[in-house]
Amino acid sequence: MPIELEVNGKRYPVHYDPDTPLLYVLRDEIGLTGTKYGCGEGQCGACTVLIGGAPRRSCQTSVSAAAAKPITTIEGLEKDGRLHPVQQAFLDAGAFQCAYCTPGMIMSSVGLLQGNANPSSAEIVQFLQGNVCRCGTHPRIVDAIHQAAKAMQEHGR
Amino acid sequence: MSGSPGKFAVEPERYEFSAGPMHHFEMLRRDFFKLLGAGIAVFTVAKDSRAMQETAPARGFHAEDLPKEIDAWLHIGEDGGVTAFTGKVEIGQNIRTSLAQTVADELRVPFESVRMVTADTALTPFDFGTVGSRSTPTMTPQLRRVAAAARDLLVGVAAKEWNVPREGLKAADAKVSDPASGRSLRYAELARGKTLAQNLPAEDPVTPPAEWTVAGKSIPKVDGRAFVTGRHQYTPDLRPPGLLYGKVLRPPSFDATLTSYDDTAAKAMPGVVVVHDGDFIGAAAPSEREAQKALDAIQTKWKETPQISNREIFAYLKKNAAANTEDRYRKQNGSVEEGLAHAAHRLDTTHTIAFIAHAPLESRAAVAEWTDGKLTVWTGTQRPFAVRDELASVFHIPESSVRVIVPDMGSAYGGKHTSDAALEAARLARAAGRPVRMFWTREEEFTWAYFRPAGVIEIKSGITPEGTLTAWEYHNYNSGISAIETPYVVPNRRIEFHPVPFNMRQGSYRGLAATANVFARETHMDAVARAAKIDPLEFRLKNISDPRLRAVFEAAAKSFGWPRKKTQEGQGFGLGGGTEKGGYVATFAEIAVDRVAGSVRVVRVVTAYECGAIVNPDGLRNQVIGAIIQGMGGALFEAIEFENGRITNPHFASYRVPRFRDVPEIEAILLDRKDLPPAGAGETPMLGIAPAIGNAIFDATGVRLNSLPLAPNGVNA
Repeated sequence: MPIELEVNGKRYPVHYDPDTPLLYVLRDEIGLTGTKYGCGEGQCGACTVLIGGAPRRSCQTSVSAAAAKPITTIEGLEKDGRLHPVQQAFLDAGAFQCAYCTPGMIMSSVGLLQGNANPSSAEIVQFLQGNVCRCGTHPRIVDAIHQAAKAMQEHGR
Repeated sequence: MSGSPGKFAVEPERYEFSAGPMHHFEMLRRDFFKLLGAGIAVFTVAKDSRAMQETAPARGFHAEDLPKEIDAWLHIGEDGGVTAFTGKVEIGQNIRTSLAQTVADELRVPFESVRMVTADTALTPFDFGTVGSRSTPTMTPQLRRVAAAARDLLVGVAAKEWNVPREGLKAADAKVSDPASGRSLRYAELARGKTLAQNLPAEDPVTPPAEWTVAGKSIPKVDGRAFVTGRHQYTPDLRPPGLLYGKVLRPPSFDATLTSYDDTAAKAMPGVVVVHDGDFIGAAAPSEREAQKALDAIQTKWKETPQISNREIFAYLKKNAAANTEDRYRKQNGSVEEGLAHAAHRLDTTHTIAFIAHAPLESRAAVAEWTDGKLTVWTGTQRPFAVRDELASVFHIPESSVRVIVPDMGSAYGGKHTSDAALEAARLARAAGRPVRMFWTREEEFTWAYFRPAGVIEIKSGITPEGTLTAWEYHNYNSGISAIETPYVVPNRRIEFHPVPFNMRQGSYRGLAATANVFARETHMDAVARAAKIDPLEFRLKNISDPRLRAVFEAAAKSFGWPRKKTQEGQGFGLGGGTEKGGYVATFAEIAVDRVAGSVRVVRVVTAYECGAIVNPDGLRNQVIGAIIQGMGGALFEAIEFENGRITNPHFASYRVPRFRDVPEIEAILLDRKDLPPAGAGETPMLGIAPAIGNAIFDATGVRLNSLPLAPNGVNA
């Protein structure tokens, strides 16, 4: 019997081997390519998704281990055509250049804000230390997370 | 010794790939309207031969009614939508936005109505490549000229419609109006029902920066929403029907040759296609894992050759420098010997520069598809037309049978000039008869891409008691000629570049050798100033004649508060700057050294940058700050390590790149010179950070660090 995954509220049967990293199932089998391969070694954060609400490196998580809990990818953040406050804040702050790291940055940030509604700059830096941005957009990403935290507190999200 | 009196050869430097041949462009006039619908199309002829060298030479359409040497075109549709074409690629530098601003500005239409088609060899004009900070200085005027020609044509169409002289008519707000009668017609109305294609000479003048209305504004990145939602498809995200996943079996070391091969087991695997052609071994399969399993099942033996390691590289470069320096690689004025003899202070320094990797987060990727003997390749490259030519040549098919398309890319930094992934995908796809994707792993990217050249730089100088330079002798081994000339005034100088034959793959990197040359020069200048007990800023200003360079040093110094008094243990201040590719940069850094741990922390950076008129201030700020942060990696800790033809740190865990904790407070001062044409900004803002940090470390500790990276393992002070 194939493994089933729940991704962004939808269920998908998985035919890849159970020990395949979730990243490849999301991208190549299901076709959710917003989650990025950056290193395959858990060193860059580009593949970050939420598993049971917690940010996880999908390249380091086997699909069988991920199957027990609901998974959210970058594609699942937008609701009814409205961006998640973190997405909106990245857009407003211009917090990307090539934007390849952006999905992972946003998913990590959503995870951060779930556990800490109003993080300090130092806490943001600490939390995102494992996410690589090669274009050097770090200061704007920190700004975007502050903006998102503010927006989420104001709107009770 | 003879020396050429002029500047160093201005053609792309040794490590930029040289310009390819001119090419035919295949798109026919009827295809153009088929693609874009009815409306008005404007084609412009290259204005001058220099622009043609850069981008223009579409040697001619095959259709007889289209002229030769077209260098730009755009289309105005019946809905008023404008489509402009450029062979440049979007790599995160934001040209999709800044070039659309330029077109909107010159055509007098709202920004939102302009769409840029980029980097598609079947649709866009020939382009040498998105390299050398040339997109803004060359593509901006080119697009301005075609937009101005289109505007002029629209005025002419309206004049004809109204049967009035064109001289009194005005083009603004996407319409042509006649102040005398109060009539106006929107561009959309003028284009309606027409399939009008006009070939016009590209004439100056275009709108000067002081009169820009759309350009010069901080317009957010086009399609930003697609990037924050994950909808944008980079090359590795493309999944055409029937896609197979490719993998290539890499040799165990550089220059290894295959001596034995057996793919029986791999070929027996269901759904797997194996290709063996010379030293190329690859497999394509329905998933990456299956492709990898197939490679793992192939038995190979290789003959390896002993090679040098990163520990020996600098001695190797010195020892193996080519004996005869070409004239174009050297320059001499006056007599260095006399200049040194008359100097009150003299200084000799030697600097080394490590190999570093670009490490773009999107590693090399391509999707290739063959249909009826024609090849289409989507790939992350900075040189789509060069990739097209290479594919055509390798597969012995005409260029017209190859189409290369570059989706907006997960960055490049000068690292994606080659065709590697495209060739691999195309080889596998041809054998498989299905589309194939190649997507290099991080380890492949670190190992099989190319590196910023390592180098050795030797400098000898002399100054008067008052701090005026009297002599300057400069030798650069292998790292390159970009910014090798000193911007400081020196009557007696000898500057030489010494190429070194070497088997490791080296090539362009953001800023090219300017990073190494500015680092060495600015470190040396600082040491001279300190030895002569002159303030390092004062010493530079005393020897600068270029007012633009002076202006950035002064602007940054003011904001930084130079000279500053130390208030804390381990604190240090330093500066560095220079000019290259029409941009001027000065960077000041404050650092803190923990004397117990030896760790270096960059606390605050102030950079002033000037590149003529600014097209998009917010986009420029992002590029300038990004260049500083990326430059901090090469300045402080990045270095590729290698031994016997193997890269020994091909992972983000062992090759350290700047991360959030490394990022200081950064202030970017952008000097907007509306009296000057815009120059590029992707590279030059990077040049000042390494010497600024190194000089600040000296200020803090008294330890002079002459090599990049400065402090991969901290400072022993």
